[in-house]
Amino acid sequence: MKVGILALQGAFAVHEEMLQSLGANTVQVRTPQDLNAVDALVMPGGESTTMSHLLSTSQLFDPIAERIEDAMPVFGTCAGMILLAKSIADGRPDQRSYGAIDIDIQRNAYGRQVESFETDLDVDGLQTPFHAMFIRAPQVIRVGLDVEVLSTHEDKVVLARQGSVMVASFHPELTSDNRIHSLFLQEV
Amino acid sequence: MTKNAARTTGSMQVKRGLAEMLKGGVIMDVVNSEQAKIAEDAGAVAVMALERVPADIRRDGGVARMSDPEMIMAIQACCTIPVMAKARIGHFVEAQILQSLGVDFIDESEVLTPADETHHIDKMAFDTPFVCGATNLGEALRRISEGAALIRSKGEAGTGNVVEAVRHLRNIFGDIRKITQADSAELFDWAKKLGAPLPLVQEIAETGLLQVPLFCAGGIATPADAALAMQLGAQSVFVGSGIFKSDDPSPRAKAIVEATTHFMDADILAKVSRNLGAPMTGIGMDQINERYAERGW
Repeated sequence: MKVGILALQGAFAVHEEMLQSLGANTVQVRTPQDLNAVDALVMPGGESTTMSHLLSTSQLFDPIAERIEDAMPVFGTCAGMILLAKSIADGRPDQRSYGAIDIDIQRNAYGRQVESFETDLDVDGLQTPFHAMFIRAPQVIRVGLDVEVLSTHEDKVVLARQGSVMVASFHPELTSDNRIHSLFLQEV
Repeated sequence: MTKNAARTTGSMQVKRGLAEMLKGGVIMDVVNSEQAKIAEDAGAVAVMALERVPADIRRDGGVARMSDPEMIMAIQACCTIPVMAKARIGHFVEAQILQSLGVDFIDESEVLTPADETHHIDKMAFDTPFVCGATNLGEALRRISEGAALIRSKGEAGTGNVVEAVRHLRNIFGDIRKITQADSAELFDWAKKLGAPLPLVQEIAETGLLQVPLFCAGGIATPADAALAMQLGAQSVFVGSGIFKSDDPSPRAKAIVEATTHFMDADILAKVSRNLGAPMTGIGMDQINERYAERGW
């Protein structure tokens, strides 16, 4: 069982460390060949416009879409969540997303970096609060009926799951708490 | 569900968090909205808004200052990626203004004319994260102790010559490697030699890592330059004059973005390096009369 981390840009290295701390066998994914070797995929935070661009230039967009169609477990954080959403309210016209989870997203919804923050979240299935970092975070502005909401903050969905797809608007990889990654690995 | 906890903004973790998000990316110098759009279209992770790219500052001479807020705001309005801007070394009022504009990262930059020849800005006093240049590990650790959330090698801005960036990256990573081999008594001497706080030196001895991300800046002009910086250990690249002083900025910008992602893959590097037109002409180090890298203390 191999867990891939999309390594085109962004916080992929810290995701990899966290997955390894849970005993996962990991590989960084930059090409279609890398993708063929993995059974699950983490799409990290970073700049969603950059990643969308690099997914196309690296010939990875369509192969990933096919794997998601085949129910490969995926976990997207922040920019990764934007890429997995059904629609992006204020994306660039050429920005693509997978529509893998029935949510609509607004990018940078909390404002610029001075509005980035940390806070404690109650998460379904976790006994104690999870300390979360929101960095120029997106907001979920619509949630479909089939989406399971795992955590909210100020009435916004911040952690959700639908089938084999899990998304977070915050960055569980930026703390030393690996419980959210552990939730994802339980699906794998 | 219980009531949610309050938000904490401006913490060190939140500042370093944005630096993490910029890893594996290219930050491009832009002087107007048109260039900012070209940069975003090419896949830049952020833009640095400034009135003149370093090559022009070098040509014009005189005092280089923070850019006009109007120009920074125009760039903020036209793109969705983070916008950085430069304040002079020690000029904390320029930094206050940049924070008030909502700039995502402040670069306390040696490319501008220093405002203080002894002190850097107390970066802990700000909610906006700072990036600072360094030529060696001691300089990097002094900036980190002042609150920098990101370090970039200084290189020699505006030259299109990567030699100084390479020197600075090798200095920093070389010393980190040596410190991990030092015994506990030797760390005191390292702290003294570097002019750096002992606890930060001890931390590096233990982890083998700088406390914040390290990016490369100063002289990158080609996709191969970007990949060189990445293979040497930089985690992202700043490209200043190298894009918009070249013959054909858009394809060069795209190629440098791809090269930064696929920095270990020579086949991809060969592919993206083709047909980019002429890079910026560049200058040899013996032809410049002022080294910006020497600014900063």
